[in-house]
Amino acid sequence: MVRSLHRLASPGRFRRFAGRILPWTAGVSGLAFVAGLWLALVESPIDYQQKDSVRIMYVHVPAAWMALSTYAVMALASAGALIWRHPLADLAAKASAAPGAGFTLIALVTGSLWGLPTWGTWWVWDARLTSVLALLFLYIGYMAIWRAFDDPRRAGRAAAVLALVGAINLPIIKFSVDWWSTLHQPASVSRFGAPAIDPAMLRPLLVMYAAFFFFWIAVLLIRIRAELNERRLAALALQRSS
Amino acid sequence: MRTFLAVLRRDLALAGRQGGESGLALLFFVLGAVLFPLGLGSDPGPLAGAGSGLLWVVALLAALLSLERLFRADWEDGALDLLAARPEPLATVVLAKCAAHWLATGLPMTVVSALLGSMLAVPGERLGLLVLSFLAGTPALTLIGAAAAALTLGARLGGVLTAILVLPLYIPVLIFGAAAAEGRDGAFALLAALTLATLALAPAVASAALRHAVEQ
Repeated sequence: MVRSLHRLASPGRFRRFAGRILPWTAGVSGLAFVAGLWLALVESPIDYQQKDSVRIMYVHVPAAWMALSTYAVMALASAGALIWRHPLADLAAKASAAPGAGFTLIALVTGSLWGLPTWGTWWVWDARLTSVLALLFLYIGYMAIWRAFDDPRRAGRAAAVLALVGAINLPIIKFSVDWWSTLHQPASVSRFGAPAIDPAMLRPLLVMYAAFFFFWIAVLLIRIRAELNERRLAALALQRSS
Repeated sequence: MRTFLAVLRRDLALAGRQGGESGLALLFFVLGAVLFPLGLGSDPGPLAGAGSGLLWVVALLAALLSLERLFRADWEDGALDLLAARPEPLATVVLAKCAAHWLATGLPMTVVSALLGSMLAVPGERLGLLVLSFLAGTPALTLIGAAAAALTLGARLGGVLTAILVLPLYIPVLIFGAAAAEGRDGAFALLAALTLATLALAPAVASAALRHAVEQ
């Protein structure tokens, strides 16, 4: 695993690798979105209490999972960039930020849309909602620090340190529903023992999760490739001017 | 230890002699707190119960104002390069600078908080709790802020960027600080734990970031 990661450090090899798997990830994501949305909006049963509003879950939950795991990947890649100076780790962390902020925003917006019919309010200042809002600000701060330095190497290091510091927020988000009693319900899928959710609802949820996951992989590949091209252009321009 | 004391003494002397940099943060704290009763009206209704929380918010903003200067002057005149070249860990220097910063801003804010609290209709028996929460929480503001200030050293728009980075990280301090000032169960212990954790982690983060800034 480590060796194959090191082999990817060459931009040319990464480009070929990305070109080969990009169509597959994009295709799987598209198919999973079609199937998942059909399963979620048409096939799945309505909740006996929440009626049709339960269908918001099929977007809200995968987006929230992706918001957290994208930040985890960003922090791990930042650690890889700081410790091993892996040239692609920096780019992977940078490319993760904008999709991660997008997932967080989707989770927050769908969450408050879901909150109005079920809780009777758009927003409460409880631990889960507050910590996810902080996650969004951390993503924004991370993107801001990348732009704040003229030297990309210094920007990358500062951003990597920031990503690692912000990772403290992840366990707080994950366990906030267990530590503080709040309006937000505790985890019902990722827990020890059987998931406390009916298979008829779990299935579309997992398909939607796959759709979000492969969408993220495809976006990541495209963004890393774009970043590589941009650096190459900058290097070429420097060459020509000198 | 000698390095720690030397840096501490130097920074305190600078804070005292350069006149007013840290005094301005304190003045901002007082002015910001005084604005709330004016904005909310002289009727004590809306202020009742909100005073200690408002004071904590103003304290965060006042702490922000003074962060930019923490490392910048030393970075610009090259003193930071010399400090980084010493054999002692850079974290010692960071800790000394943080201690000086807290003595010059956090401690005066703690002292004034009792007076401002009584002006903002905090009940008399809670003033002690308010001061204690400031005493336990303001060191965390300095330490987290030092890490952010070190990260943004040399950045364009340094001040605004520091604010954007540091405010999300201040959220836990604000939550537990305001809760401890109201005397909620366990909040004071969590606030103290938070300060101790930042005392352990923030100097390491800040010194790593300072090394990156110096190497450049």
